[in-house]
Amino acid sequence: MSLRFEPRLTRDWDDPSVIGLEGYVAKGGYQGLSKALAMTDADIVEVVKSSGLRGRGGAGFPAGMKWGFVPRDTGKPTYVVVNFDESEPGTCNNRELVERDPHRLLEGMAIAALAIGCETAYLYVRGEYLWQSVVLERAITEAYAAGHLGPDVQGSGKRIDAVLHRGAGAYICGEETALLNSLEGLRGQPRLRPPFPAVEGLFASPTVINNVETLMNVPDILVRGADWFRELGTEKSPGTKMVTVSGKVERPGNFEVPLGTPFRVVLEELAGGVLGGRTLKAWTPGGSSTPMLTAGHLDVRLDYESLAEAGSMLGTAAIMVMDETDCVVDCATRMVRFYAHESCGKCTPCREGSWWATRVLERLEDGQGQEADLPIMRDLGTNLMFRAFCALADGTASVINSSLQHFPDEYEEHVRLGGCPFKVEHLEEVSA
Amino acid sequence: MTVFEGPVRSDADSILARYPEAHRRSAVMPLLYLAQSVEGSVTRDALREIGALLGITTAEVEGVASFYTMFRLRPTGTHVISVCTNLACKLRGAEAVFEEAHEASGVAHGAELSDDGLFTVHEEECLGVCDFAPAVQINFCNHDNVTPERMRELVAGLRAGEVPSPARGPAFDSFRAASRALAGLEEVPSA
Repeated sequence: MSLRFEPRLTRDWDDPSVIGLEGYVAKGGYQGLSKALAMTDADIVEVVKSSGLRGRGGAGFPAGMKWGFVPRDTGKPTYVVVNFDESEPGTCNNRELVERDPHRLLEGMAIAALAIGCETAYLYVRGEYLWQSVVLERAITEAYAAGHLGPDVQGSGKRIDAVLHRGAGAYICGEETALLNSLEGLRGQPRLRPPFPAVEGLFASPTVINNVETLMNVPDILVRGADWFRELGTEKSPGTKMVTVSGKVERPGNFEVPLGTPFRVVLEELAGGVLGGRTLKAWTPGGSSTPMLTAGHLDVRLDYESLAEAGSMLGTAAIMVMDETDCVVDCATRMVRFYAHESCGKCTPCREGSWWATRVLERLEDGQGQEADLPIMRDLGTNLMFRAFCALADGTASVINSSLQHFPDEYEEHVRLGGCPFKVEHLEEVSA
Repeated sequence: MTVFEGPVRSDADSILARYPEAHRRSAVMPLLYLAQSVEGSVTRDALREIGALLGITTAEVEGVASFYTMFRLRPTGTHVISVCTNLACKLRGAEAVFEEAHEASGVAHGAELSDDGLFTVHEEECLGVCDFAPAVQINFCNHDNVTPERMRELVAGLRAGEVPSPARGPAFDSFRAASRALAGLEEVPSA
């Protein structure tokens, strides 16, 4: 299969002028906003609903439905919050989307604001994306000067203000209710739902929180229509998706593909195959929190439903590739240590479970593992899954469960050998 | 000692103006960045003063400050070197880069900073530059595809008073300068 399609989100990536307002407008920018201004709120929601656009930040919830949940008769203001806290290990497509095309995000955000009658939108940017936050600030300044944001958007009399807020290094703030707490000046810990943010979100007011890539799809949907959007992708996963490929590949990078593209095409055609011509061992389809898959899953299609069928998730479509020389136990240890570090501490299964799992994995990798450690890991995996306050612990459990499911022999070998079977070979290779 | 006085107090006021009057507490993170830019880390004085500015307790401010890794509550070097060792970077050799960051900068494992006060080294979770792994930030400026050799050069450059050019965006010449930009107060020059 060869990948031929008209790129959408990346179509202007070879033109650095679109970073500025003039270049963006020359390419048709801010026409989606004009179109939205001529429509009713309900019609904007409707076109996004019928496009089938699903949230690109991990959960895959239909964006139009999310907008439709916002009550308009509460007497409170409504808010749009842009989730640019991209922190899922292996994921960096939002970073590049903003670096190369910041106005498309602002336009999508402004359209979302119109759809729910919001006058102040907040952009939550992870702190480590300092440069990208500056790119966005400049774009915001330009958009205000040109009247695409501010008190009188494109002469419509409608107001949309944009406030940029920087995070400070906490993965959990990508979880939307934790993000809201962070934005309100609290510790970034998730909130109990219900109430859902659509009803009681930022400052206890109705709020829509959307991922960067989700919003960047919106301007084209307004200009070209829902049917056009559905021309690529699958019935249940319409459109394209940005995928990040990293780890052991020849050409790591961010690529746009129609949803439903087989992993094989992404790996071989876009990422240039496994590094050094080695053999694929394992890969995460959607960041470290999605269950890892194997070389037996090369032909799995990258979309919400196919990956669910394969026992994993599309997540953020962050593909991290491990080859035959990489130790699955070692990789799982590093991923689980991440969740232990990033656990917000609010609930016991996550706070304690990720910590204990890290200890057990570290001793297995260090050659001090025992037979009993494998059932302990299975038990931890089972007890973490769907039993914590938020989905962070499901990520921990997914690493544990999927690595045990697909590579039980490797765990057993660590116990049998009293050490990591990959360490010596790996060391020789590095020094060679 | 008063942290928020004179021009720093004016900066704090401009930060407070970003948020609705009824929700001043939202300003706590940028105010912590501002304090960090003035003092090189977040001191107890700063925690207390931010609490007073926002009408919340020192403990509540500390609760926020201690939650996030980018606020430093302990002594901090002039430059902060952040090395991602999460999976995408680990698979491309990040652990050796992290070791070299300690070796070259003279920061012992577990220590807050080097004896000369120049460096702090952080092991980072994913920095979102998996396409150019191993990813490193110096004062929150990106350096791509960093090898141990490159790490040695970067540290030697900083020691010699040079500011290494980042992979994207302009360079911040210290952790304090970067913290000021993180507070949203800096006119950042083009790269």
